[in-house]
Amino acid sequence: MWTHLKALIIKELLAVLKDKKSRLVLIAPPLIQLIVFGYAATYDLNHIRYAVLNEDRGAASRELLARFEHSETFDCIAQLDGDAQIAPEIDNKRVLLILRIPSDFSRKLALGQSASLQANVDGRNSNTAMLILNDVQSVVSSFNTSWMNEHGGGTLPARLAVRSWYNPNLVSRWFIVPGIVGLLTLLVTLLITALSVAREREAGTFDQLLVTPLHPSEILLGKALPAVIIGLMEATVIILIIVFWFKVPLLGSLLALYIGLLLFLLSSIGVGLMISSLAVTQQQGLLGAFLFFVPAIILSGFSTPIANMPALLQKLTLINPLRYFLVILRGVFLEGASVGLLWPQFWPMALIGVICMVMAGKLFRHRMA
Amino acid sequence: MPILRKPDPARRAAPMRLRGMLRKEARQIIRDPSSIAIAFVLPVLLLLLFGYGISLDAKHVPLGIVVESPSPEAAAFAGAFEQSAYLSPQRFGTIQEAELALITHRVDGIVWLRSDFEEKLLAGAEAPIGVIINGVDANTAHIIEGYVNGAWLSWLQHHAAAQGVEQTLPVQLQQRIWFNAELRSQNFLVPGLIAVIMTLIGALLTAMVVAREWERGTMEALMVTPVTAKEILLGKLLPYFMLGIGGLALSVGMAVWQFNVPLKGSLPILFISSSLFLIASLGMGLTISTVARNQFVAGQVAIIVTFLPAFMLSGFIFDINSMPRAIQIVTYLLPARYYVSILQTIFLAGNVWKVILLNSLALILFCAFFLGVARKRTVKRLD
Repeated sequence: MWTHLKALIIKELLAVLKDKKSRLVLIAPPLIQLIVFGYAATYDLNHIRYAVLNEDRGAASRELLARFEHSETFDCIAQLDGDAQIAPEIDNKRVLLILRIPSDFSRKLALGQSASLQANVDGRNSNTAMLILNDVQSVVSSFNTSWMNEHGGGTLPARLAVRSWYNPNLVSRWFIVPGIVGLLTLLVTLLITALSVAREREAGTFDQLLVTPLHPSEILLGKALPAVIIGLMEATVIILIIVFWFKVPLLGSLLALYIGLLLFLLSSIGVGLMISSLAVTQQQGLLGAFLFFVPAIILSGFSTPIANMPALLQKLTLINPLRYFLVILRGVFLEGASVGLLWPQFWPMALIGVICMVMAGKLFRHRMA
Repeated sequence: MPILRKPDPARRAAPMRLRGMLRKEARQIIRDPSSIAIAFVLPVLLLLLFGYGISLDAKHVPLGIVVESPSPEAAAFAGAFEQSAYLSPQRFGTIQEAELALITHRVDGIVWLRSDFEEKLLAGAEAPIGVIINGVDANTAHIIEGYVNGAWLSWLQHHAAAQGVEQTLPVQLQQRIWFNAELRSQNFLVPGLIAVIMTLIGALLTAMVVAREWERGTMEALMVTPVTAKEILLGKLLPYFMLGIGGLALSVGMAVWQFNVPLKGSLPILFISSSLFLIASLGMGLTISTVARNQFVAGQVAIIVTFLPAFMLSGFIFDINSMPRAIQIVTYLLPARYYVSILQTIFLAGNVWKVILLNSLALILFCAFFLGVARKRTVKRLD
């Protein structure tokens, strides 16, 4: 049994790695994508381009604007002279924000009344717009506090003291980058497994495999184990790059991370082999892999939270192994999670993996008959 | 007797040959339902899945509220949170219980009123309100912070009104959000999705199909006919272009009627710029398949260079301006980047010529590039 398996694993590894083109496809793109996406995937705003329309000539408005100028998040690129300039600046995407200060701004402040600051925001990207408004609000709030201190406007009855756990500076890259481990591992294992049977069928070598004394379960294992080996190696390289290149803190236990990774590999390889045993041609295998991969990314919480989805889609995410692995990745990287806390994520992946493997084995045998 | 110069038979036959090629390709599409499925079923499925699955609008955020010593003031404060449509508050007796709930992801944030809240409030000293947010998902954390801030500001007003004084904040922020006043994330995500989906479909459709011809040897059969390389490419391009436009019309219809995204700009301009994009991505698919000449590699390359880059780098979800300079330069190499910009503008802002023309120009360059490369690599020669 063991010698059979060993020979099969070597054969499968050779089949995947001996061809220069397919070796390249498996190794180079994931690493390039890790670096590019790692930098690209951020919701954090910096250098928000804004313009100012200041109709007030008083000192107070200059003081407020100085706070925007000194902030690292904002980049002033134009001073406007009239209302007519507002629309074209925003339409043409020259700026995302226009601050308009009305002519009575300083006068009202001096009288102890409320003055207004108008923020015009490009809402084409609603998320960016909301974050810009939050940033403007926090500049205004800090201006208000110091104005009230200096000019005797009294104090506010209560104030918020906000702290964030696990990611104190709210760097969204810390959230996205660990998720890329799951994304790329899934891509690589699917590409290896989903096409492996169909390719042999098309080449006719699958029939040769069937006339050997190998048991179907051995053939299945022989197809699964090389993918586990390649997946483990790629994931390890990616994790090392995330820790040492992107400097994302890895606080939790490596044991929990690797248990999660193994279970995730089991389930994604299971899915891949199931697709593979269903597909007759490579094209079908590829289409199947693709039809699984894209929804798996969308319904995993990788880029947007699962909690924002409609209830029906939230239920659908429960059969997606990537969903559980992402919780493990983020938990281990940022929250310092240990094995004990992650049980609710481990067992569903194990269940999905076992079911898919058994199904794949059954389909294998069925097709052989 | 003057010799009549006969017209060049090859030249005269050109339209006929092209017609023949088109007929062959059209039949091939009709007889193989998989490409019709890719063009029509896939966009609908993907748009439904993406349109509902991707949302940045956090609603009913579970928020723990800890009131250490109950008092009318504390109750009034907690009430401000219960009125927010975006938060769904839960009460906890002690901060330890609330922190445990935060660790186990049962709540995303905690608002903590210490036992001296009322005492300090009545004494006129600024009473601190502790806010703890799970920062792992930094974007959601920012949004929650905004909600909590809003609830706090509205409480300030109510509190002052209850005391009979008018709370005058020195500067009040007046928001004016252009194009998308209610800040629905679907309004900008769904147009961007059309770009992601069309990239996929355009490239997948041609990459697989042409590579299959190379693999099966039917391309060689084509080569021994008098058909020119240009006609082969045109014959491949036109039918799939029609299929792609059909899929596109379906997507636009769904965006408007299913997802209620406003369409402010004009439909003809949308279709002209979409055609440019479609030709560019079909050209990309043709290039991939003529270079790879093998379904396995062509399919893998098509998935790797289309879906993920269009998803991550086109500005459809992650803002390009926030990316580091080097990555911004990489995004210029993606046709999807220009198309996302055009789509978001035509849908939400209207016909803003400067944005539309500049981006369309870039798309024209991509069309020329990919078609040029595909033309160069499709040589009537067998190696």
